[in-house]
Amino acid sequence: MIFTSYSNIISPLGFSTKENYEAVCSSQVAVKKMVFPFSKDPFCVAKINDQLIDQCFDALGSFNPATKLEKLSVLSINDVLIQSGIDTQDDRTLLIYSTTKGNIDILENRYKDIDAKRIYLPVFASYLQSHFKLKHAPLVLSNACISGILAIIIAKRFIEQGYYDNVLVCGGDILSEFTISGFKSFNAMSAEPSKPFDAKRTGINLGEAVATILITNKKELAQPYNAQIISGASANDANHISGPSRTGDGLFQCLEEIKTENKEEIGFISAHGTATPFNDEMESIAFDRAGLNTIPVNSLKGYYGHTLGAAGVLETILSLESMNHQRLIKSEGFETKGFSGNITMIDSHTNKSFTSFIKTASGFGGCNAAALFKKISN
Amino acid sequence: MNSIISYAHIKHNRVSVNGEIIFQSPDTLSLSEFLSEAYKTLAISYPKFHKMDLQCKLGFLCAEFAIKETDFLVVNDLAKTAIVLSNAASSLETDRMHQNSINDKTNYFPSPAVFVYTLPNITIGELAIKHKITGENAFFVTEGLDAGLLANYVNMLLSDATEAAIAGWVEVDGTNFEAFIFLAQKAENINKNCIFKPLNQSSVITIYNQTQWTH
Amino acid sequence: MDALIEKLKGQIIEQLNLAEVKPEEINPDSPLFGEGLGLDSIDALELIVLLEKHYGIKIQDPKDGKTIFQSLRTMAEYIQSQGKS
Repeated sequence: MIFTSYSNIISPLGFSTKENYEAVCSSQVAVKKMVFPFSKDPFCVAKINDQLIDQCFDALGSFNPATKLEKLSVLSINDVLIQSGIDTQDDRTLLIYSTTKGNIDILENRYKDIDAKRIYLPVFASYLQSHFKLKHAPLVLSNACISGILAIIIAKRFIEQGYYDNVLVCGGDILSEFTISGFKSFNAMSAEPSKPFDAKRTGINLGEAVATILITNKKELAQPYNAQIISGASANDANHISGPSRTGDGLFQCLEEIKTENKEEIGFISAHGTATPFNDEMESIAFDRAGLNTIPVNSLKGYYGHTLGAAGVLETILSLESMNHQRLIKSEGFETKGFSGNITMIDSHTNKSFTSFIKTASGFGGCNAAALFKKISN
Repeated sequence: MNSIISYAHIKHNRVSVNGEIIFQSPDTLSLSEFLSEAYKTLAISYPKFHKMDLQCKLGFLCAEFAIKETDFLVVNDLAKTAIVLSNAASSLETDRMHQNSINDKTNYFPSPAVFVYTLPNITIGELAIKHKITGENAFFVTEGLDAGLLANYVNMLLSDATEAAIAGWVEVDGTNFEAFIFLAQKAENINKNCIFKPLNQSSVITIYNQTQWTH
Repeated sequence: MDALIEKLKGQIIEQLNLAEVKPEEINPDSPLFGEGLGLDSIDALELIVLLEKHYGIKIQDPKDGKTIFQSLRTMAEYIQSQGKS
C-alpha cells in the first residue's frame, strides 16, 4: 500500500496546509487584481507577499542568495521534513520536483548575485539536493499542468516497484511576465476572478504557489490523512497541442484506467477546472462519459488561480483535507451551469460522509492525468 | 523480457539508425537547415512539421527514423503506448525566443505559436498527434541522459497497463543539439526485422554509444 | 487590393510557417479555416498578432476574428476599411 503523509502548502492564503485549508473553508480567495510594471492593463493573479517569503526564509538560517522559487521550495519541503522526521540522507528517500518553468525569472535578469545556470532545472534541483543533503539528485518532472498529479503517481510507482520508501513530491511555479504575457497572447486570461465551470467564465487567473506532500510505504507515516493512493494514470488526447479533445478522450481514458468498482464510494472529483471555455467543457464531457454523473465536482482554481506545476500537488492536499474533515469544498466562482456534460457541481461547503476522491488534470501538449485516493479501511 | 527493438540518434548534422549513419548534411548547415534536409529524406508530407520549434522538429524526426523500418505502430496498441522523453534544458531555446519577444516594450509582440512551445512535453504531444498515440506520458529534466531512469521507468509502465513505449532524449540548447530515441515493447509483441536488446540500463547505454560519429 | 492580397499571402506564409504552401496556391476567396488552408486555433491568434505587428490594427474582441479572417479577401478588405493598407 502507498500512503499519503504530511504536507505543506505555501500560497497567498498561508504558509501551511492548515492555514490554507482554513482559509478556503472560510471562502477566502487568493486572487486579486494587480498592476504590473510591464503592462498598463491590470491582471487578476494570486501573488504571494515577497517580503513574507524573505522573512520566513531568513528565519531558517543564513544561506547563500536564493531565487524566489528556491526559497519557497526550501520552506515547503522543510515544513514536511519537520513534521515527518524522515532522514533526507537515506538512500531510500527521493524528491520529485514538479514545475513548468522553474526559475524563469532568471531570464528576466532579476538576480544580480545568483548563478544564471540555475535557469537549468537540473541545476535548480542540485541546489535543493545540496540544501537538504539528499542522497539522490531530485527527479524533475516538467509535463505542463499535469506535472503535479503525475509526480504523485510516479512517486507511487517508484515505491511500489521497490526503488524507494519515502518520496517527497514538491510542485512549484512563480508568477512572471514570461508566463503572464504568454497566456495573454493566447487570450486565455480573465480580467476578473475566474469562474470555473460557470456559464460566464472567460479564462484563467494565474497564481503562484509551492506545495509538498510525502508519499510513503510506511503505515506509521500515513498521518494525518490515513489515506492511500489506489491508482493513477496519464494519457494523451493526440488531438492538438494547445486545445483539449472536444470529447475528452485522453481524460476519459485515464478515468477508465483508475476506475473503482464502487462508484458510490467516491465522494467528489477535484477537477482541473481552469475556467477556460474549452477545458471545463471537456472535463464535464469526460466525467459524463465515465459515468461519474452523480459525483459532485469542484475546482479549486477559483481560490488559487492556476498554479501550473504546483496545482496538482496543492489541490490533492486540500482534497485530502476535505476527505479528512468529511466536508466538501465549494467550487468557488461557480454559479450557473456552463457546460454540456451531465455532471453535478459542489455549490456550497457541505458536510459529507465519504471515503475516496478522484483528482484530475489536463495540460498543453494534450496530456491528461487522474488518480484515485481512498481512506485506509480499518 | 521487455525489449528495445529499434533506435535512432541524431547529432552533429547526422542521423543514425540502429548504430549506422544513414544520412548526413554538411557541418556548415544550421540546425534548422539540417532538419529541413532530414525531413525531406523521410518523404512524408506533414505540414504541421514546419510549425514546430527546433526541439520538437528534432524529436519528431528522430522518432520517425526509429519507427520507419519497423512495424511498431501496427503491432502495438497505440492506446497503450507510452512516450517518455527527457533532456537537460527543458524548453530553454524557445523560452529565450519568447523572452526576447517581450523584452523590448516598443516592439512587443508575444506570439502564441512560440509560447505554446515553451513546455518540453509539447514534443510528446506532437508525436502523439502524428500517430494517434494515446498512452502514458512523462517528460523528465535530468543533467544528462539517465539510462537507468528511462529503462526503469519504461519497465515499470510495461509491468502495468502499458505495452510499448517511445523513449529517449531530445535537447536543443544554443548550437548544441542531440536526439536519441529507442522503441521498446513487451516481449509478446513481435516486431519483425528488429534488433532485440533487453530493456535495461546497460542496453540503453550500449546503444547510445553505438554510433561511430566521424567528427 | 490585389497588391495587398499578394503582400498578405507572403506575410501569412511566413507568420504561420506554411512552408509547403506557395503564394500562387492560395485562393483569396477560399476559407482560411476548416478547408482551404486548414488553419487552427493557434493560427487564428497569430493572425491577430500579424494585424497588430504589420498594420497597427488591434482587434478588441477576438470573436470578431471569425468574420475578419473568413478569407484572405475579407482580411484585406478589413485592413483597407481601417485605412491601414
